[in-house]
Amino acid sequence: MGVVEIDQLVDARGLSCPMPIVKTAQAVKALTSGSVVELLATDPGSIKDVAAWCKSTGNELVEQTSDGAVYRFVIRRK
Amino acid sequence: MDEPLNLVLFSGTDDKLQAAAVLTAGAAALGKPVNIFLQYWALDAFRADKIDRDHGLAPEAGAEGRAAVDALTKAGQTSWAETLRQAKDLGSVDIEACSLSMDLLHLEAEDLDPLVDGVEGVTAFYLNAGEGQVVFI
Repeated sequence: MGVVEIDQLVDARGLSCPMPIVKTAQAVKALTSGSVVELLATDPGSIKDVAAWCKSTGNELVEQTSDGAVYRFVIRRK
Repeated sequence: MDEPLNLVLFSGTDDKLQAAAVLTAGAAALGKPVNIFLQYWALDAFRADKIDRDHGLAPEAGAEGRAAVDALTKAGQTSWAETLRQAKDLGSVDIEACSLSMDLLHLEAEDLDPLVDGVEGVTAFYLNAGEGQVVFI
């Protein structure tokens, strides 16, 4: 698997909905096009929320993994 | 996605304000504008001297609901006021006080928390609402 370089980490572990998305949107907004954000979240709603947010905003969901407790997302800004 | 989400907040309990703040932040993250119109007890909760206080829960919460909400708060859930502040930083969120409710509660603009952008009547609210949905909480 190719290694994606992360420009910014958003640690939203322990935060409930909608904070993982709010923190992600804040981080993405502050970056330039093509920048990559890694999001860590424990809110189970974030799986569908991150996908829906990326679809709606046009940002790319590059990776999505989980170790059962923490969900990890890699998002590239459009 | 360009039509705004329009929330009329009537209830001033923390659970309903939290639900409204979540809807607002979600919309702001998607780039959807949000107009919030504060009436009655919701407006009272936005008073500068009251916003950080405990505003209780809706009657249907009961003792179990109280315990569940307290557990979330203890776990570090962001307050509704802070959630709204972050939503305003992120997107276009306009919070207006209903002028009739201002009279009812004997409030002046300077009595309100800075989250509130201004005072307007229902006609201005509808004008800004455009073709967007109006949700009453």
